[in-house]
Amino acid sequence: MIDDLPLWLSILVSTMVVLGALLTMAGCFGLVRLKSFYLRIHSPTMGTSMGGGLILLASAIYFTITRERLVLHELVIFFFVTLTTPVTLMLLARATLFRDRVEGNDGVPRRPAKQEPDNPGPVV
Amino acid sequence: MKRLLPHPLLAAIILALWLILQQSAGLGHLLLGSAIAIGVSLAASAVLPERVEIGKAHKFIQLLAVAGLDIIRSNLAVMMVLFHLRPAPKAGFIEMQLELKNETGLAILAVLLTATPGSAWLEYDRARSTVLIHVFDLVDADEWVKMVKQRYEVLLLEIFP
Repeated sequence: MIDDLPLWLSILVSTMVVLGALLTMAGCFGLVRLKSFYLRIHSPTMGTSMGGGLILLASAIYFTITRERLVLHELVIFFFVTLTTPVTLMLLARATLFRDRVEGNDGVPRRPAKQEPDNPGPVV
Repeated sequence: MKRLLPHPLLAAIILALWLILQQSAGLGHLLLGSAIAIGVSLAASAVLPERVEIGKAHKFIQLLAVAGLDIIRSNLAVMMVLFHLRPAPKAGFIEMQLELKNETGLAILAVLLTATPGSAWLEYDRARSTVLIHVFDLVDADEWVKMVKQRYEVLLLEIFP
């Protein structure tokens, strides 16, 4: 553990943390301000991709240098967040698609007419 | 060997994650990590019957670099739209025909497209191999489809032949 941080490290790490936090906040505001569900699913992704990524990268750099050993925990957080967001997103989006199609709302692509109802096939 | 390790790739990833979490590559961690990796890969063979075959593995690094750049660019683009007083992006659905059939390849494409703030993978139709994608700021649908095919699908087809 080193006590006094070099100036370049403080600047680099704090810039990355602030930028990441700003991106995440912009994403959260987008969630409130955007008008439709399909638009809203996009904006929180900023927090889970680049916003969170920058904060985690800053953490990895900071602890790698202050502890004087390679710290890569953060990589695992990023890996799992990236891997699991699409699962929830698809669940929510497909539920909404289904409801919109049943209700016959405008602006939603129809299900193709030629579909075997017995075997719709597993979906990815 | 094949019976003990039905999914070597999955086992390798689990072992790597384990070692990163333990922050050590000591013998004890290596042994315990390997045991867990083998256990998980055996358990996973119940839900993943087919072994994942990899073609050109080095293309995966190129894929990650391309996706990383696209994610940064898309983040900035979406942020610019959100900075408007009344954000009104020209959003739209795209139905895209895919040549990629490999399950792992499709899963990776879904993760990458969803991790990009400008696009979200909604629904894959296996019977027609099309995918429904929602794009946040759609300028030219054909151009967008061409971009995804050139930047991602070509690489994924090489990785998962």
